[in-house]
Amino acid sequence: MIETRLPTKEKPLTGRRAVLGAFAVTAGAGLLQQAAAAPAPTLTIGYVHWLHEVDTLSYIFQPAPNDGRAGAEVAIADNNTTGRFLNQNFALAAVEVRDNEDPVAALNALIAKGIRLVITDRPAADVLKMATAAAPHGVTIFNAGAAEDSLREEDCRGNLIHTAPSDNMLADALAQYLIWKRWPRWLLAYGEHPRDLRLAAAYRRAAKIFGAHIVAERQYKGKVGSRETDTGLIDLQEQLPVFTQNAPNYDVLVAADDNSVFAGYLPYRTWDARLVAGSAGLIPTSWDPNSEEWGGRQMQDRFVAYAHRFMTALDMNAWVAARMVGTAASYAQSLDPDKIMAYMRGSDFQLGAYRGLSLSIREWNGQVRQAILLSDSGRLVVSVSPQPGFLHQRTVLDTLGTDKPETKCKLS
Amino acid sequence: MIRRRSVLLGLPPALLLASATSAEAALSGMAYTANEKDNTISVIDLAAMKTVKTVPTGQRPRGMDLTSDGGRLLVCLGDSNRIDILDTKSWKVVGSIDTPDPEYAALRQPGNNPLYVSNENNALVTVWNIDTQKMLVQMPTGVEPEGMAVSPDGQLIANTTETTSMAQFFSYGTGKNLANVLVPPRPRWAAFTHDGREVWVSSELGGTVTVIDAKTYKVLDTIHFVIEGLRSTFIQPVGINITRDDKRAFVCLGPANRVAVVDVPERKVVSYVSTSSKTFNATVKKYLLVGQRPWHANFTPDEKYLLTANGLSNDVSVIDATRLRVIDTVSVGQQPWMVLISPS
Repeated sequence: MIETRLPTKEKPLTGRRAVLGAFAVTAGAGLLQQAAAAPAPTLTIGYVHWLHEVDTLSYIFQPAPNDGRAGAEVAIADNNTTGRFLNQNFALAAVEVRDNEDPVAALNALIAKGIRLVITDRPAADVLKMATAAAPHGVTIFNAGAAEDSLREEDCRGNLIHTAPSDNMLADALAQYLIWKRWPRWLLAYGEHPRDLRLAAAYRRAAKIFGAHIVAERQYKGKVGSRETDTGLIDLQEQLPVFTQNAPNYDVLVAADDNSVFAGYLPYRTWDARLVAGSAGLIPTSWDPNSEEWGGRQMQDRFVAYAHRFMTALDMNAWVAARMVGTAASYAQSLDPDKIMAYMRGSDFQLGAYRGLSLSIREWNGQVRQAILLSDSGRLVVSVSPQPGFLHQRTVLDTLGTDKPETKCKLS
Repeated sequence: MIRRRSVLLGLPPALLLASATSAEAALSGMAYTANEKDNTISVIDLAAMKTVKTVPTGQRPRGMDLTSDGGRLLVCLGDSNRIDILDTKSWKVVGSIDTPDPEYAALRQPGNNPLYVSNENNALVTVWNIDTQKMLVQMPTGVEPEGMAVSPDGQLIANTTETTSMAQFFSYGTGKNLANVLVPPRPRWAAFTHDGREVWVSSELGGTVTVIDAKTYKVLDTIHFVIEGLRSTFIQPVGINITRDDKRAFVCLGPANRVAVVDVPERKVVSYVSTSSKTFNATVKKYLLVGQRPWHANFTPDEKYLLTANGLSNDVSVIDATRLRVIDTVSVGQQPWMVLISPS
């Protein structure tokens, strides 16, 4: 377990209330700073960061070790750029947890320091364990990584806020676009991992809701292998056409492959000349480093200047979590976590996050409602959902994912 | 020219406009739009009501200002990291100020000097001597400064920070930060009333205009916009233009494709104790349907007309500011961000 903090430019405060944390930390290196006459009171946000090896099929999309955490760090700097005018200071206490280490122990270490708002990018099972452990301490967990709808539905918790869009939201975002394009016939391909099965279920649900037709389903059997093999590509060129051979006529191949086992190989290798969407081709995502609309260019520039790499969806989800805290603190004019959370869950709360419509919390299950970008595999943004014509009585953003009347979540 | 119609929202296209009648006063002079997408300035001859010249610029022209005689046009070139000063007769670049990611710049009047610049990426307002093209001072702001206004007496600078959601006030003399007023999310623009007593700040995501007392920095009123049949999330106020008598303001509503006409017949400011006690009486008189996504507008010198830059329909709508009718449309370059009108 490694603990890291942002570079400290001020001496630690002493004698401050433990609940606000003990560290006075200013904006990250490279970002503009202004020395305050007297150190402002500080709110420390926790981050339980999953340090793990992920193999993606594409070499350039291998996640950086600070994937997610860097987003939270830039948000802390943004909070402090704002906070220097409001006498509020923010810090991040990040704990890195490897696969074989216990995220709850890491969480407890943060709670012991008086930290009450904690971001994590751990998988769904760990998020649930952390939320359960955090509840008696009045600690809120921000789920930036896990897309499982079960976390928002049957396993929902009152102290969980989901900045990561759910599988259903992502599937609905893609479905709306494919329907808008009048490409309703889908061939659904999914892998063997339990996450793939859930994602496939999300696409079946989306097809039903938005009027698409899944003409056939194919399961790709094969485990995560080594990314790089020296076959001269001949194996893939032989295997993938056969996998998609003899399908009924379809418009789009929709792939559900959460662990990057096969979907990345599908474009240009299908038996029929067809487009690919889902886990490859046209990908629904909460962020893309090419998104420059709605002021997004400024976000991208700030992130690259700080992290010296491009901003991923996980970075954005973590940025949203830490900025939600900072924004609620500005408007509530308080660093008290209870007041911050009360404002954040209130009807006035809105966060601008470079996707056109502002983000807010669905009070029935803690999901952050947000527009979803449709990315051409990280090259350009093709569109953004909700699509024109998909309407809703409350906000068009609630056409994505599980809506209030359907929720299985009961928050007491 | 791209002309997308929001059929599903039931919005009629911008072309369905009443034609000008002979009773209306003739327009004259020139107007300029900064076209963010195709890196040009369109020069509109208002008498002929058409674009007569297209001037190539650096990358991503957005904010502009004119010298008081109209002889020089300053253009913020965000992606070229500089502000070019153009001669409005020869259209030659006669000066340049290198400054990172300028989004908007305003000259202090009278005197056309200094120049205040919102450097969006750097959380800075920088102040420049326009004659020597040297930076005089820089003032740290919140995240993503954009809107910028100088009070009529030149003493107070108001800046809006999009991501920090504040209207920030700075002293001209000292550069000192005097006050920071939280407003609803994503404030894009600030405008002083001509008497210098109020600053109006638009919040793009909040969907509101906040009226702030320029002496006490207290919020006098928050103006909301309601358009029947249009979801509130599409009402995104940006540009604000206030008439010289301070009794009427025109607010560009972005993707609502409308300009709101806000009337303030009288101001009876007594106390600021409660926001519920109505001390400031602004009412929305009318919504004028213009082209798609108007962000900024400007009056002709006689205030008889208001021109809007419509970013998604690539045109300029001409509003009769007395009769409150849209009377004409002029095609310009791609994604006009702002429109300015020559003083004569």
